[in-house]
Amino acid sequence: MDNLIWIFISALLVNNFVFSYFLGLCPFFGVSGKLETAFRLGLASTFVMLITALCTWFLNTYVLIHAPYLRLISFIVVVASTVQFVEMVVKKLSPALFRALGIYLPLITTNCAILGFAIFATNRGYGLLEGLIYALGAGGGFTLALILMAGLREENELSNVPNLMKGTAMSMIIAGILSMAFMGFSGLFSS
Amino acid sequence: MSQTSDEFFKGIWKENPVFVHVLGLCPMLAVTNTAINALAMGLATFFVLLGSSTLVSMLRHLIPKQIRISCYIIIIATFVTVADYTLLALVPEVHKELGAFVPLIVVNCMILGRQEAFASKNSVGLAVVDALGTSIGFLFALFTLGSVREILGNGSLLGVSLFGPHFEPWIIMLLPPGGFIMLGLILLFFNWLNEKRENAIVQFATTERNVI
Repeated sequence: MDNLIWIFISALLVNNFVFSYFLGLCPFFGVSGKLETAFRLGLASTFVMLITALCTWFLNTYVLIHAPYLRLISFIVVVASTVQFVEMVVKKLSPALFRALGIYLPLITTNCAILGFAIFATNRGYGLLEGLIYALGAGGGFTLALILMAGLREENELSNVPNLMKGTAMSMIIAGILSMAFMGFSGLFSS
Repeated sequence: MSQTSDEFFKGIWKENPVFVHVLGLCPMLAVTNTAINALAMGLATFFVLLGSSTLVSMLRHLIPKQIRISCYIIIIATFVTVADYTLLALVPEVHKELGAFVPLIVVNCMILGRQEAFASKNSVGLAVVDALGTSIGFLFALFTLGSVREILGNGSLLGVSLFGPHFEPWIIMLLPPGGFIMLGLILLFFNWLNEKRENAIVQFATTERNVI
């Protein structure tokens, strides 16, 4: 039980996917303009991660021991089809949410946080339960990063920055400062 | 001929995938703590982009439009697997340091972007030239960031010490925040260059008009 809590906290804060592994940067910079969309995208990604955790565990246990070189190809196929599946389910169950997410839903396929999560979980030899908890932590960390960044950027829109700094350069430096703040969490593990 | 050279050079400077389009950020920041890692990553991406652009361009009439994205991803994943095993065989230390980021080339949006935007619509020759230009541009960006971070963070370049024993390294540059901030500063420099050039063009145009 202790172990599971550490996996969760480590993925959520200490080894945050965005700020210490640099995963999922494209949606992080692309979608963090508005708080509402950022939150929804974070939730959708977390959900895809959970399903991916289930599928990759199944693949690792039953299929890939016979053909390890197929790992990457099978993972990306799993992620792509999960995203397609989630898209269909969301469209059927809640058309409103589907419209709100728009183009970002299919784009989760090329979110490196998802594939990165699958590869990290495999490399560390996580079982089913550990994998699911790791997915929850990683997805939660990604959502947290998106929300923090979106809040900062909404404030930043209103402030007066030099013309040259506007846009990506500014967001990059904000992300650097946020990442510095997250480094403070690494103290959690030494005790 | 001029179109061919245009396609080549636009990827390096005018439409540089990192500095202008801000694509492929994940590998860009994650592996640039030393110049040699940046170089290995750049070369692996170079190989994958070249291979998949060629193949996609060859198969462009065969791939059905509805499932094109999945086809591209599978083609890219195949080349990445080849690159992954090659790196493991040739340079095991570098492969270990790059870790999970070699398989993650699959989801580098720059590569998929080139397939969708260029290789699927043009002849094999042009696609190869475009892939060459784009990946050299990407390599250039990776190497710039990698060497700046290594020089400031470690006082060395490609493992050769530059400043002698009295240099106090900026550890922050090797850590994640340093990557974000340095890339932000480089983008700022790029913006400044572009603005200066645009101003120069505008000024030139006005003086020209005054003379006439």
